[in-house]
Amino acid sequence: MSELKLSCEAVRRVEETCEKFNNDPGELISILHECQNNLGYLPEAVQRIIARKLGIPVSKVYGVVTFYSFFSMTPKGKNPVSVCLGTACYVRGSDKVLEEFKRVLGIDVGETTPDGKFSLDCLRCVGACGLAPVATIGEKVYGRLNPSDIRKIVSEFDD
Amino acid sequence: MENMINLTIDNRPVSVPKGTTVLDAAAGIGINIPALCHIDLKGTCVKNSPASCRICVVEIEGRRNLAPSCATQCMEGMVVKTNSARVVRARKTVAELILSDHPNDCLTCPKCNDCELQKLVTRFNIREMPFKGEQSTRKKEVTAAITRNMDKCILCRRCESVCNNVQTVGVLGAVRRGFDTTIAPTFDKDFKDTDCTYCGQCVAVCPTGALTERDNTDRLLDDLCNPDKVVVAQPAPAVRVALGEEFGLEPGTIVTGKLATALRYLGFDYVFDTDFGADLTIMEEGAEILHRLKAFLGGDKSVKLPIMTSCCPAWVNFYEHNYPDLLEYPSSAKSPAQMFGAIAKTFWAQKMGIPREKLVVVSVMPCLAKKYECERDEFSVDGNPDVDYSISTRELARLIKRSNIDFRSLPDTDFDKPMGESSGAAAIFGATGGVMEAALRTVYEVYTGKTLPRLEFQDVRGLDGIKEATIDLAGFPLKVCVAHTLGNARILMDKLREGSLDYHVVEVMACPGGCIGGAGQPYHHGNVEILKARSRAIYREDEGKPIRKSHENPDIQKLYKDFLGEPLSERSEKLLHTRYFDKSIK
Repeated sequence: MSELKLSCEAVRRVEETCEKFNNDPGELISILHECQNNLGYLPEAVQRIIARKLGIPVSKVYGVVTFYSFFSMTPKGKNPVSVCLGTACYVRGSDKVLEEFKRVLGIDVGETTPDGKFSLDCLRCVGACGLAPVATIGEKVYGRLNPSDIRKIVSEFDD
Repeated sequence: MENMINLTIDNRPVSVPKGTTVLDAAAGIGINIPALCHIDLKGTCVKNSPASCRICVVEIEGRRNLAPSCATQCMEGMVVKTNSARVVRARKTVAELILSDHPNDCLTCPKCNDCELQKLVTRFNIREMPFKGEQSTRKKEVTAAITRNMDKCILCRRCESVCNNVQTVGVLGAVRRGFDTTIAPTFDKDFKDTDCTYCGQCVAVCPTGALTERDNTDRLLDDLCNPDKVVVAQPAPAVRVALGEEFGLEPGTIVTGKLATALRYLGFDYVFDTDFGADLTIMEEGAEILHRLKAFLGGDKSVKLPIMTSCCPAWVNFYEHNYPDLLEYPSSAKSPAQMFGAIAKTFWAQKMGIPREKLVVVSVMPCLAKKYECERDEFSVDGNPDVDYSISTRELARLIKRSNIDFRSLPDTDFDKPMGESSGAAAIFGATGGVMEAALRTVYEVYTGKTLPRLEFQDVRGLDGIKEATIDLAGFPLKVCVAHTLGNARILMDKLREGSLDYHVVEVMACPGGCIGGAGQPYHHGNVEILKARSRAIYREDEGKPIRKSHENPDIQKLYKDFLGEPLSERSEKLLHTRYFDKSIK
């Protein structure tokens, strides 16, 4: 968790999001969603702003952020990798695909490579079970994956 | 009566007001349903009833599932069973499941014999651990005041309720989910990197050994046995009305004389009294109140009113963290314990010819934040603290037991002179409203030059969260306000920030009931009658004192004559006053 200073622009956007939802504590999850979409993640500074605007303890905001796996406190990579671990993908070996991503990228699930290029997550079903096992990188879907494909796919993203 | 509900609990008819829970209705007829996550310090705002532990389940006729009695309201005609075989078995299973992820190291646990989970295990006749599973390994942390061992946490959420709803400090909360759920300070930081005030109310309500005090008893034993050290004790006002509970005496028993004897038997070289420091606080704070009032009445627009008390270290932390823009309002007077330390290590040490580094000043406090207060940089000289460290009422009781002292049979003795003499005004510091009342006794007489017709200020006594009164100061209506718990303090501070707080003097104590409900006191286990009994004892102690006003304490008068000069003199300012810092998290 790096402690970083938010830009004035980012602070303004977070505050605007809270105001859009009338600073209503009941809208905490919607506000967190939108802030994560805007910023890519929910660092401590953002959670503090939200707590202040909504008039709720920051402990509560942090509790919600850690409860839902969708929320993240680490910035996502430029190319977020998501490996499907849904039933269809799993029985066709997506666990081995995930292991290979970890090995090639040198990071664990939920982490981001030091150069900020890739982050790794897993999810449950992208609705392309016919292509199992499936992974997505950004908006692009990769199907019928074999662990031996991974290194080549990753190298496609070399600048 | 219209709003009464009639029901049957364990075949006994009972009639209760609408809205009463089954748990409370049962308690009213002497049926003590076991509960674990539930706590309700009635008459204060300390409450937690999430119905999450399911220990308090009962059977209700016509309902398929067992119901948590702490969160189920009585209904007309309800038939409740609290002790059927089904209920008793379910309760036992719930406890066994809690134990399956508990370290079960009761023999060496700091909460042994005071643990609510342990008591239930005995009560439910659990003699083996039927469920074995994964054990959580959570963070352990020792801070200046609080020790945290979350492996012992049962996720009852009492600490979370107190930290967020009662104190509005907002540090502790549940994080993550499922088996990984734990109660942690915000962003999983150490307490010292959060807004934690060290009020310790999380410790006061924790049913197990997850949150306890930092134990200084071994350190004290070493000092007491060290022939090169001169060890001085100063116990706080609230300690003498609670310590007896640890030895089976009725809550509210005053044990001042036994306390002094016990401290001597433990090996303290001098047994003084924080009450002396309390009288000194009234002299300084009272002078400050008068100083600001006179400036205000003289038309000075820049004077900061209300002036606020500054005895409570958790309250000091609270405004340093949350109201850095208002730091000029609280009195600059140090707390009684710190004033005592500053005088002991200067005036008294010089008089006795004891070098500072040989002198160990130990405070016995109803408080955990006092442990932290001792470590504040501004309260030390060249790294040597004015008060070396603090132990709680509970720690003192443990030390007395460990030192083979039969507390109940001890004779009464007096505190040593000169720093053991005190007034009744100092004694009432331990209850909410006490500092205000003590200050009023002195401020009134100094301001008007007249003797108070009646010493008791009933309006500022009692357990109401925010109390107010107007006192006639020779024609000037002095408006005062008293708050306890930090949540109530926040209400006042938010008004002050808006510019709508219309008082001249405000007292704040962080703990419910004031220091008598401090986090270092014997555990109340949710029984508010214990706090009330301590409070009554505090006022009895005051009534029994020959001197009941701080400015009439002869040893205080002598201290000013021989050493300090007068309140707010240059020397008083240097030794007895402090300043505050912006500690807000940016």
